[in-house]
Formats: sequence, structure tokens, C-alpha cells
Amino acid sequence: MDQNRNGFDPAAVEAIATRLKDRPGALMLILRELQDRFGCVPRDGVPIIAHTLNLSRAEVHGVATFYHDFRREPPGRNVIRLCRAESCQAMGAVALAEHVRERLGVGFGETTRDGDFTLEAVYCLGNCGCSPAMVFNDELYGRVSPARFDELMAERKEGRR
Amino acid sequence: MSATVYVARDSSALSLGADKVAGAIAGEAARRNIDLRLVRNGSRGMFWLEPMVEVLTTRGRVAYGPVAAADVAGLFDSDFMSGGDHRLGLGLTEEIGYLKRQERLTFARMGIVDPLSLDDYIAHGGYRGLTRALSMAAEKIVDEIAESGLRGRGGAGFPAGIKWRTTQQASARQKYVVCNADEGDSGTFSDRMIMEGDPFVLIEGMTIAAVCAGATQGYIYLRSEYPHALRTLNQAIDAARQRGYLGEKIAGSAHTFNLEVRLGAGAYICGEETAMLESLEGKRGMVRYKPPVPAVAGLFGQPTIVNNVVSLATVPIILERGAAFYKDYGMGRSRGTLPIQLAGNVKRPGLVEKAFGVTLRDLVEDYGGGTFSGRPLRAVQVGGPLGAYFPESMLDLPMDYEAFAAKKGIVGHGGIVVFDDTVDLARQARWAFEFCAIESCGKCTPCRIGSTRGAEVVDRILRVAHTGDRAAAIGLLRDLCDTMTYGSLCALGGLTPLPVLSALRHFPEDFGLSRSDVAWAG
Repeated sequence: MDQNRNGFDPAAVEAIATRLKDRPGALMLILRELQDRFGCVPRDGVPIIAHTLNLSRAEVHGVATFYHDFRREPPGRNVIRLCRAESCQAMGAVALAEHVRERLGVGFGETTRDGDFTLEAVYCLGNCGCSPAMVFNDELYGRVSPARFDELMAERKEGRR
Repeated sequence: MSATVYVARDSSALSLGADKVAGAIAGEAARRNIDLRLVRNGSRGMFWLEPMVEVLTTRGRVAYGPVAAADVAGLFDSDFMSGGDHRLGLGLTEEIGYLKRQERLTFARMGIVDPLSLDDYIAHGGYRGLTRALSMAAEKIVDEIAESGLRGRGGAGFPAGIKWRTTQQASARQKYVVCNADEGDSGTFSDRMIMEGDPFVLIEGMTIAAVCAGATQGYIYLRSEYPHALRTLNQAIDAARQRGYLGEKIAGSAHTFNLEVRLGAGAYICGEETAMLESLEGKRGMVRYKPPVPAVAGLFGQPTIVNNVVSLATVPIILERGAAFYKDYGMGRSRGTLPIQLAGNVKRPGLVEKAFGVTLRDLVEDYGGGTFSGRPLRAVQVGGPLGAYFPESMLDLPMDYEAFAAKKGIVGHGGIVVFDDTVDLARQARWAFEFCAIESCGKCTPCRIGSTRGAEVVDRILRVAHTGDRAAAIGLLRDLCDTMTYGSLCALGGLTPLPVLSALRHFPEDFGLSRSDVAWAG
């Protein structure tokens, strides 16, 4: 298989694009599936998608970069998404964000140097009845205080051993 | 002995450990050789009690909560399956004041049924609305919706009947029904609860819209932040299709209606209906000029009914019980009920469905129990990030589209975020601009650029000591807000001034200003 170090696989991109190209609104479906598969929309995938859909590269690039979800690079092994919107702000999300940034040593949109964690901002997880809210590797958590965050990190470490 | 036990599968319940509790109950029952039916229902919407466990007894359902996995053995010891006494006991669920005093029409089945059981749905009144709709002429269905007074629950409050009539009367080879499930406002979760807890009511509502308009294809545009809703909707759609409620000849009629869920990708702007349609078409979520309105030229240029989840989920009960029944609730031109969401710093957060007219004070104090922190309440923001901040002194405002507009606020999607006295309203005003800058689609200059300039001007007001400079900065902010209000195509740029100006108007001290400095703000 023709795979580079990021796990980018042109044949897989082409297969996904070809399979979905005739669905109405195909581009969003294709980008979503690429992100699910590679953790990002690989830059080198853009011309392949453009060719398959008979769009310009600029058009595909424009859509891929419009949406917050679509990453340009694969994330770290763990992804933490912290809600920064009003309901969570009212329950201490600003302090929580500060704590998490300090704990991980990265800002929002960044990955730790060892590739272990990516920290992302999200604006509302619909868990506003249990603010502050956070997603840790696809799992939703509510009422996350800085202490609870540390607890979750410790639980995960123990779980891995 | 066999008993039925309910533990919610709602995202919020899961975020507090509902799966662990359900697992512990199943495990403990197996250990004790107890035959038990575990139903994963939707949430009743009392989040301070989640994970809540309910047991069906001869007296009705008895509730316990909030339950941790460690409490489960104790519940069995207390014979909770017969409704035995326990320190976490809440009595009969239906008698809990928070629930009992609600008027649940759209949320009638919420937390009661198994969300994925079509039989359960039908046994609790499901598909009666569609059955009646199928016996009516399309014009009569529109009349029923129009007469009910139903207005768009997504935030704009536009009369649903007008949209429906326009699409119904349009002639085209292909029409669409699109459900806007891009519930991005902070402090809201009613759409999510419907999709996770009673998905068939949304499917039925969309089917009625499709039958009315002659649409054969429907899409639910779902935000990607709701993975549980995605799974539940897809399973419910499959179940409905297998039983002939979707696909060809729905419910034995001549109508065809196919339904598909499409995911958004984390753009708040795609909650705006035209940006959502662009996104569904596989494009950047850029706002469109109107006219033409989507009812005439919507998805792929075809006539399209676009409504929010709660609006569509309210359609079945209107068709089942009639417009007069629904219209009987509410006040003024706000008819029916609103599923209100209590969020933020509130002791009893959750879902409160009440007829329009209920006051903010009833909601925040009576239902909500005041702040979670126990500190004095300072502000509430109603209607999401584009809604106004109101001080405690304005809590007697009734939930009513016109009453809110008169006070320069919005009801929006019905979310109320409570803040205690530690909130800094200048910081919140700045945040409103920041959020607008992050989420602007970029089409209109006042929104794209003005949002960033707005944050800078707020900084300047806070920084400058000289009163003359400050007056100049305030003048600039005022002009900027005017430009954004009148120079933006959609509500993102157009309404961002609402939270900003309401913060200035009601909390000038947070900006280092006096009331006379902001007299212009009303």
C-alpha cells in the first residue's frame, strides 16, 4: 500500500470519494469519512477529491477549511475537547480551561510534544444541564471541575497500566 | 419476580455515569438471581437527579437519584424494585413537583418510552397525528398548523404555517423537508433530548410535513457534537422504514418519504437555515441572500420546508389533538408551549416545558431553585449566545416573543443560562464579539470584521482612564453595533449587539461606567 508517514493513503481517498461522489452534497460526506479514517482531511487528499468530484482544488480546500471539525493534521493519541461557551463559563469553564492548559502544557488547537494529547475548544456539547462539559476521546463528561479532570487523567493512567 | 427498571440513555445522564449504573444494576440482579428488564429511556430532564433510576411498581414509577454505581447494592437491599425506602428515594416520578407542574405536550413521552421501540411509541399515542393528516387535504393540514399558532422554535419564531403554505403551493418536481438539528446555542439541549429520547416524534412530524408539501426526501442536519443522537436517529429511521412508516407507500398511503441524517462539522453558522442548506449541498456554510426564501428555492434550489427539531416534533400533537387544543396554551401571539432549558449556574438544571407566559422568575427560582453556587443571582442570558443578558430585577418578564422583543431580548430556542454574582458582564460582552468572530461565515463585512473590532473597542473602554477617550470609545461601540445590526444578512452579525448592548445597559458598572454614560442604550 502506498502510505506515507501520516497514514495518508491516496488509493483509500480515491475509493472513498468515488463511492460517495454521486450522493447529493457528496463533498461533506467525503470529508467526514476522511476525517473518521485519518483523523484529519489530508492536504494531499484535496486534489484527489477535486478530480473525482470535478471541482477545483480551491473549492474543496475552501470547504475543508471552513468547518472547525476538519483537521489539517492528525491529532494526538488522545483528544480532549473542552466546552468554552456561556453555560460552561457560568460554571467555571474559564478556570477549568486554564487548569487543563497548564496540566497539558499546550493551548487550544495544539498537541503535546509527545503526541499524547490534543486539546480542542468546542462551543456547546448540549450538556448545559451538567456544565462544565468535556469530551475525552469521544466520551462525554459533565460537571468537570479541575479536581475531577485530574481524577479522570489519573483513572486513565491506571487503566492503561 | 420480574421488574422493569429504567436508566436513561440521554447524553447528559451518560456524562454522569448512567452506563456504569445500568451495568451495576444488571450485574447485581444477575448475582441475586433476579429477573429484571432494564429499559434505557430518555431523560425526564431533571439533570441534578441524574443518573436517575426508575422502577415500575403497582403504584406507578418510583424514582431514585442521583444514583452512583456504588449505591446499587444498597438499592437492592432496600428492595427498590418494589419501591422500597432508600435515602436516594424520590417517590413517584410523576409526583416530583418539577415534573408535575409542567405542561408537557411536545415532551409528552420523554423519559417514559423506550426511544427505540416503535411499539412503545405507538402505544403512547404515536402516529395518530400522521393517521389524521393522511385523511386530510394538504391545504387543511396547512390550515391546522397555521391556526395552532406554532412559531419556529429554533429561535426566529417565524410562523410555521406560512412556510408550509408557501412550499405546499409551490409546484416543483422535487420538494424537500429539512430538519434543522444544528442546536448550537449554549444553554440549549431540547433538540438533543427529543432526538435521543423520542426520535419517532420527530420522524412523524417530518413525515406529516412531507405529506403536506408533497416532498419525497427529507434530511436531518445534525450537529456533529451529538453522536448519541446520530445513533438513535439512524436506528429509529431503520425501524420506521421496516414497519412501513418511511419509504414507499408510507402507512399504506400513496406517499413516498425517505429520510436521511446528515452531519454538520462544528460550524455554529450552519444553524442559520440558508447556511445549513449550503452545507447540506456540500459547500461552505455561507449565508444566502433572501429572497428567495427556502420555502420557494431551498435545498438544491427546490421548495423546501425548513424547521427546527422542536417545531417538527410539535406537529404530531397538533394534528392529533387539533389546532384549538394547542392554541389554548400560551399568551398573546406566542401560542402553545415552549420546552425551556435551565442551564449554567442553577441548582436544578433541566427541561421545563410550559405554556408561554411563565416568567423568568418562576423558571429560575421556582423550578431552578436559584444558583448552584448559592451566591446571589446576577444575570440570566436567554436565547443563546445572541440573546440579551437580563438583571435579577427583570426576572418578572414572561416567556413571550413580543414581551422579550420589547425589552430588546429574544426568547430564541428557549435556553436560559444563569450567572451568579461572580460574572463580569464586560467580559461576557467581549466574549459575544469573540464568538461572532470565531463563527462568522465571512459574507458580511460588519460581522466578519466588526466582531473583531468590537472586542477591541470593549478592551479600549476598559483600559482608558480619560473620560473623553472613553466617551469616544463608547460612541464607536454604539456605531459599530448599529452597523452590525443593520448591515448583516443573518442573525449572527445582526444579533451579536444584543448581548453586548444589554450588558452595557443593565451592568454599566462592569465597564467602569455610570448609568448616564449608557443612557443612549435605553
